[in-house]
Amino acid sequence: MIFQSIKMAWEAVRSNKMRSFLTMLGIIIGVTALVVLVSLVDGAAGSITSEVENLGNDMVTVSVMDDKGAPLRLEDLSRLSQLEGVGLTSPSGSMTTTAKYLSNEVMVSLNGVIPAYYDIQGLELGQGRFLKTADVDNRSYVAVLAYDAAEELFGEEDVLGKRFTISGRSFQVVGVLAEEESMMSAMRSMMGGVSVYVPFTVESRMAGQPYVTSFCASADGDTSAAENALEQALLKRFQQDSDAFTLVNMSSISQAMDKVTDTLTLMLGCVAAISLLVGGIGIMNIMLVSVTERTREIGIRKAIGAGHRSIMAQFLLEALMLSLMGCMLGLGLSWVILQIFSHVAESITFAMSADVVGLAVGYSSAVGLIFGLYPANKAARKHPIEALRYDG
Amino acid sequence: MSNARRPIIEMKHVSKIYSIGGEEVRALDDASLTICEGEFVAIIGPSGSGKSTLMNIMGCLDVADSGEYLLDGQAIEKYSDDELAKIRNRKIGFVFQSFNLLTRMTAFENVALPLIYQGVGTAERKRRAMESLAKVGLEKRAKHRPAELSGGQQQRVAVARALAAQPSLILADEPTGNLDSRTGDEIMRLFCELNESGITIVLITHSEKVAAQAKRRIRIMDGRVEEVEAE
Ligand SMILES: Nc1ncnc2c1ncn2[C@@H]1O[C@H](COP(=O)(O)OP(=O)(O)OP(=O)(O)O)[C@@H](O)[C@H]1O
Ligand SMILES: [Mg+2]
Repeated sequence: MIFQSIKMAWEAVRSNKMRSFLTMLGIIIGVTALVVLVSLVDGAAGSITSEVENLGNDMVTVSVMDDKGAPLRLEDLSRLSQLEGVGLTSPSGSMTTTAKYLSNEVMVSLNGVIPAYYDIQGLELGQGRFLKTADVDNRSYVAVLAYDAAEELFGEEDVLGKRFTISGRSFQVVGVLAEEESMMSAMRSMMGGVSVYVPFTVESRMAGQPYVTSFCASADGDTSAAENALEQALLKRFQQDSDAFTLVNMSSISQAMDKVTDTLTLMLGCVAAISLLVGGIGIMNIMLVSVTERTREIGIRKAIGAGHRSIMAQFLLEALMLSLMGCMLGLGLSWVILQIFSHVAESITFAMSADVVGLAVGYSSAVGLIFGLYPANKAARKHPIEALRYDG
Repeated sequence: MSNARRPIIEMKHVSKIYSIGGEEVRALDDASLTICEGEFVAIIGPSGSGKSTLMNIMGCLDVADSGEYLLDGQAIEKYSDDELAKIRNRKIGFVFQSFNLLTRMTAFENVALPLIYQGVGTAERKRRAMESLAKVGLEKRAKHRPAELSGGQQQRVAVARALAAQPSLILADEPTGNLDSRTGDEIMRLFCELNESGITIVLITHSEKVAAQAKRRIRIMDGRVEEVEAE
């Protein structure tokens, strides 16, 4: 019986292809909007979150704005790293300047760091070595270049041992970082230039600033414990003035980001849900027309023995079929659109998650059933005689 | 008629009143009649006399306003709409003046439809539908849609549909009204054959000539029924 009802519903959908398609269009657009928007936000959020995690989720960064006459020195930093819960510390101050190789001039962000920086930031070497404690102690003019810095400055990869100049000082390249393919690094190099790492002692002399004004610290275990320990120590040093410094915990950034993307997903989901609802109203509208048009058919079916349930099932299945077919077409369209987006935004892949597909299918079925209920009931309740007499 | 036969239709003082704009139309007025198994009855009357109203009540498509109607000994008033649908499905075959076939379906599908509602399995349904079509001589037209058939053929498909459910009673409301007299005769011959095979037939008509072919005639006039003595 149920198979027969499905067949009847299918015949009805098939017999009027154009109308069926137009009816489905609302659902197609609704499902496409839902799936594409949610998948886009998901994909973008996923890649941003992984970027943030790459930056070091277990890292705390501190900038000192007002040293209150008690500026931080390198020795103070190593004392901070002794604190309970704090791992390594390194200055992370940078200045923007111009690096020269032959006639080639490139804007770089010059970072004055110590060896611990490598581990705190989770950097990865491509070739050569990172800075050593001896480089810092001896104020050696050596530099480690980010991959894109090496590329831009020298235009080639084999640059170990080569020399370039910054502000008239000659630096020797001792290492190059591994290639990093991420939006963040692309953004960074666009805004502040490519990164060059030199010993803190060298950078501070060039900048004329012997003190540490910003530094990063890794956590020894829980990041927020490290954050607290650092905050207490700095408050003590800077006369309990919490405005004297800022302290940022990367994991709190990614948490905030998660919240933003969740809200965004919910909002876009709601917009899409509303458009699906409109699609449902379209289905109801057409189903009502169809029920009226087929009054005589309903009368005949009732005369030869169709009960309330058979008629109800037939029209309900028709509505469900329209919405589910619309849903399938919408999913197909979404897939195509997401493929295109993934192709265009090379670094991000947008995929439909099973959750979103399930949501779309479930929601369209619900829409089809709910908006099919009234027309189907209307059909099933027709009086056989009056229905037979109807000529339209 | 032999009194030994079991009554299939028993109507006692049945009335159906329509009131339109405050005016009462007594479509059926205190009608009483009994039809037994195996009879071939014609109900004759002029237009508007209440023939269709009578058939609708007989066929459980409608219920009377007052009076009692027993079909196969069961009082119809007690049943719900769904139960009435089931009774129509199993006991009664309808043939209408305007054929009332589903235009989107083939002859075969039309004939098989009552069996679908009966819940008959696919193989059995196919066998019985083809058998019915064979009875009306249309097995070769099984795949045709109503629009591809002549009026007489369409009416034969309608008869086949009425037969498919193997009902004990066939109700025909002016089945020849839309056909020329030759095709009409063809349909009438079909009914005579069916009656001979034991099916009770109630035929509604306004034509004396058609009615003459039935074994028993009942006249209806302004909602009142009266027996016409067999000549
Ligand atoms: N649904 C209805 N509403 C109001 N009046 C009705 C309705 N159905 C039938 N009637 C009235 O009841 C009377 C009998 O109608 P019915 O259809 O039974 O006539 P009939 O004998 O079948 O006529 P015909 O030969 O033209 O088909 C008519 O006067 C008609 O106007
Ligand atoms: Mg009539």
